[in-house]
Amino acid sequence: MGQRKRVAIRNHSAEANLFARRTFIAFFGVLVMLLLLFSNIFDLEVTSYEKYQTRSNKNRIKVLPVEPNRGLIYDRNGVLLAENRPIYSLEMIPEDVKNLEQTVKELGELLEISAEKQANFLKNIKRKRRFKPAELHPRLSDHQVALFSVNQHKFPGVFIDARLKRYYPFADLTTHTLGYVARINQRDEIKLAEQGLKDNYAATHNIGKLGLEKYYEQQLHGKVGHQEVEINNQGRIVRTLAYTPPESGKDLTLTLDIELQMIAKRALSTKRGAIVALDPRDGSILAMYSNPSYDGNLFVHGISSKNYKKLLENRQLPLVNRTLQGYPPASTVKPFIALLGLEEKVITPDTRIWDPGWYQLENVEKKYRDWKKWGHGWVDLTKSMEQSCNVYYYDLAKKLGITKISNMMEKFGFGDYTGVDLHEESRGIMPSTQWKRARYNQPWYGGETLSIGIGQSYWTATPLQLSQALSVMVNKGNIKVPHLLKSISEKVMDEAGENLVSVNTDVIYDEKPPIELKQRKNWDLVLDGMHNTVQKLGATAHNAFKGAQYDAAGKTGSAQVANIKQDEKYDAKTTQESKRDNAMFVAFAPYEKPEIVIAVAIENVAIGGGATNAAPVARQVMDQYFGKRVITSHDKSRHPHHDKQYRVKPLKKAG
Amino acid sequence: MRSTGQDQEKLRSIWQRLHIDAWLLSGLLALMVLGLFVLYSAGGQEVAILYRQGVRLGISLLVMFFVAQIPPTVYQKWAVPVFILGLLMLVAVLAFGHVGKGAQRWLDLGFMMFQPSEVMKLVVPIMIAWYISQDRLPAKLKDIVIAFILVLLPTLLIAKQPDLGTSLLIASSGIFVIFLAGASWKLIGSCVGLASAFAPILWMFLMKDYQKQRVLTFLNPEQDPLGSGYHIIQSKIAIGSGGIDGKGWLQGTQSQLEFLPERHTDFIFAVFSEEFGLIGVALLLSVYLLIVMRGLWIAVNAQQAFTKLLAGSITLTFFVYVFVNIGMVSGLLPVVGVPLPLVSYGGTSMVTLMAGFGMLMAISTHRRFIA
Repeated sequence: MGQRKRVAIRNHSAEANLFARRTFIAFFGVLVMLLLLFSNIFDLEVTSYEKYQTRSNKNRIKVLPVEPNRGLIYDRNGVLLAENRPIYSLEMIPEDVKNLEQTVKELGELLEISAEKQANFLKNIKRKRRFKPAELHPRLSDHQVALFSVNQHKFPGVFIDARLKRYYPFADLTTHTLGYVARINQRDEIKLAEQGLKDNYAATHNIGKLGLEKYYEQQLHGKVGHQEVEINNQGRIVRTLAYTPPESGKDLTLTLDIELQMIAKRALSTKRGAIVALDPRDGSILAMYSNPSYDGNLFVHGISSKNYKKLLENRQLPLVNRTLQGYPPASTVKPFIALLGLEEKVITPDTRIWDPGWYQLENVEKKYRDWKKWGHGWVDLTKSMEQSCNVYYYDLAKKLGITKISNMMEKFGFGDYTGVDLHEESRGIMPSTQWKRARYNQPWYGGETLSIGIGQSYWTATPLQLSQALSVMVNKGNIKVPHLLKSISEKVMDEAGENLVSVNTDVIYDEKPPIELKQRKNWDLVLDGMHNTVQKLGATAHNAFKGAQYDAAGKTGSAQVANIKQDEKYDAKTTQESKRDNAMFVAFAPYEKPEIVIAVAIENVAIGGGATNAAPVARQVMDQYFGKRVITSHDKSRHPHHDKQYRVKPLKKAG
Repeated sequence: MRSTGQDQEKLRSIWQRLHIDAWLLSGLLALMVLGLFVLYSAGGQEVAILYRQGVRLGISLLVMFFVAQIPPTVYQKWAVPVFILGLLMLVAVLAFGHVGKGAQRWLDLGFMMFQPSEVMKLVVPIMIAWYISQDRLPAKLKDIVIAFILVLLPTLLIAKQPDLGTSLLIASSGIFVIFLAGASWKLIGSCVGLASAFAPILWMFLMKDYQKQRVLTFLNPEQDPLGSGYHIIQSKIAIGSGGIDGKGWLQGTQSQLEFLPERHTDFIFAVFSEEFGLIGVALLLSVYLLIVMRGLWIAVNAQQAFTKLLAGSITLTFFVYVFVNIGMVSGLLPVVGVPLPLVSYGGTSMVTLMAGFGMLMAISTHRRFIA
């Protein structure tokens, strides 16, 4: 064979040389390739190390936000008004449950969970991760909790989860002031994002929606905590790497006295209306109640549409906070008009006018009536207040003119926000010529000034504004901002850095610039008139305060709601309920050194006016206030830390 | 001094009689031990996996030992019939092979499952080396063309299964023989040119969609980070986050927390790099380099053209495994299913590899004394 021959003559050393050369080249290739691999890995592990390190951590480390506990709210005596209560939900980890359907069925029988709920749960669970807890029942009753706890050993993988939910033990008594928290909705989320607070609310479910809960949201909320966990590719938590506990929200102590609040509610009973009681010495609001009210707890868990509809359609309008809603102030403003008259020297204490029972402007046929058909006869300043003479104030208002009146009343805070710590406040209306031009594009008519003189026409004031204006009056021009927040307590590390201790800080409120009168004695003249209104036999408010243990002063008012036609007779019995008069009353006590100012508004009273409807309500609240003072003679004992007996039982049983 | 020399001589002759190359064996054992450590970590610290791999390594070592006993002249004699049988089996696989993991690679022989492509990894270089060594070196153009066709046949059959990784390895084993046989540079240059001209045709007509996807993913893995790009991204993160000294054995988060897919098989290098860092990588690459160096040394010192070519091809193909696997895991090459030799978990390819090393040992120890 030819091939064999050629093999025989091959040159072995030449072939070996060729092969060695080629092998060397191949080896060189191997080295180059290895270098290529190594330099690529060098690039990954050294040059780009940080980038991949970060991405590796991003893979495995997840930061879970932890919800802070919301700050608690106490009344001025340390009674808890808003707390966080555990609610219990039944949870299970599917992968830890041996027979899912069997377990759910048995739990359903034990805890009386509906078959529909069971079926829904089993349907939904298929779409969830098997190692993440799934909720079988959102809210267990105490009975169910007890039942399950006893039988827990039969259900491995099933457990009770407790979460804190806001609870208002006094329910409807505090809703209008405290407001409530409810689930964060899309609008809240957008707002939080705008304020840059989104991260802080990452674990938070509820947010203040109304009242103080809304106003002091920032203080009450606290700071979110973080749990840094390591997860695997399925998202299962492998271990906790770090934990930053959340910072609880600050606790608030209010100026509110829940006992006084209770009395206010009791005094109003079934009447629609509002009471505001404040301490003129510092603007503290002692009681603030709008009747009827509703239970804010309904909103915390998400109110059912049925319940919400019921509240919306209630003819008594329980959702309206009447303490912050404008009413015609009626005769309760007469002392303020009188003060202006004195200051402007339009009247003196001795100026007298003749009241025939009506007042007429020149060249105008319309008769402006007094509430007393046959008139009060000769009336001076004192009598004008005691008897609440309309004609006196028609005349005075006409002489002063609308501009002077509205300028002065604005100084007392009418027509503007008082600055109270509630967002729901309305401004009321203090009319003026400019206001009417802007609002109705009409000129101001002289006759309207007369109605302004008795606190009617366009003039509206909130019960809070009324109490605030009177507070300015008794303070002789000094203006304290009315407020509900007394102090804020914060948990701080003690000096040793071991324990958290509560540090309570009183809130200091700025004063507004005072009203300066040219003659300071004018204050006393008007206050004296109010004193007489209560103290003098036969004066309008005398009956209501008969036998009181303290020295009160005040002013009644009855606001016409409907326009009464000329010569038409008003008779409450025949008038439609919603067109009946509103009863108003403002008062303060003790006369010499006022500690409490009260404004009461009652809507559409059946018989009588402020003297017979509103003044007795104020009397009950004041009796409570001063009655308590007889028992505990000085303020110190009213402090929560000194006197535990002031813890009041809730009106409604919890749950 | 004299006695030490005698002892060394004695020792060498014992290895000689056992037909074992001690240098090569120690390199392989070092790799195996290293591999078992990584596997323990990559396999979720399961002893069962370690045990199975240990058994496989044991079998592979035995296979190596037996193959080493067979004189290379035997391969020479059987080269042609075995090659033809191999081709027939590859055809049989395509006709009625067993489908697993989306590819047809296995032949059911009744008593065992058999993967003919694995055997071809050794049969092809034997065949080509035999064919080329019939004539004197450097090989003539005609012989090279025929040899090339002989390589292409099994390559295409395996690529059709489809098994891109194996066909790549088989093609390179044949091409290495041709290269070492002294194919002229002009020819090599024109082949490379032809291959690059052929690439678009390959892309358009021969490559399957999933293969195209692999290439696209390779070019831009971030395009689909949760889908096709996931493997390579997670792998690069694992390697990169290892840094210079690594996260420590059993401490790799990418691997322990299972972000890294196929971490105990094809992607085991990523686990290794994550836990042992650049220093570990340098060590591992050095071990591979030493084995390659020893293999090439055996090739250069082999006595005949056939054994030289065969030894060179086996060694260089072994390096292709290393290069393709590490290149793919570190994002330098598209994802091709090639294991990291002697480290990745898995049996078949390991047995073939060790049989190859058995041949290398046979070549270095069955020496004839030429006058």
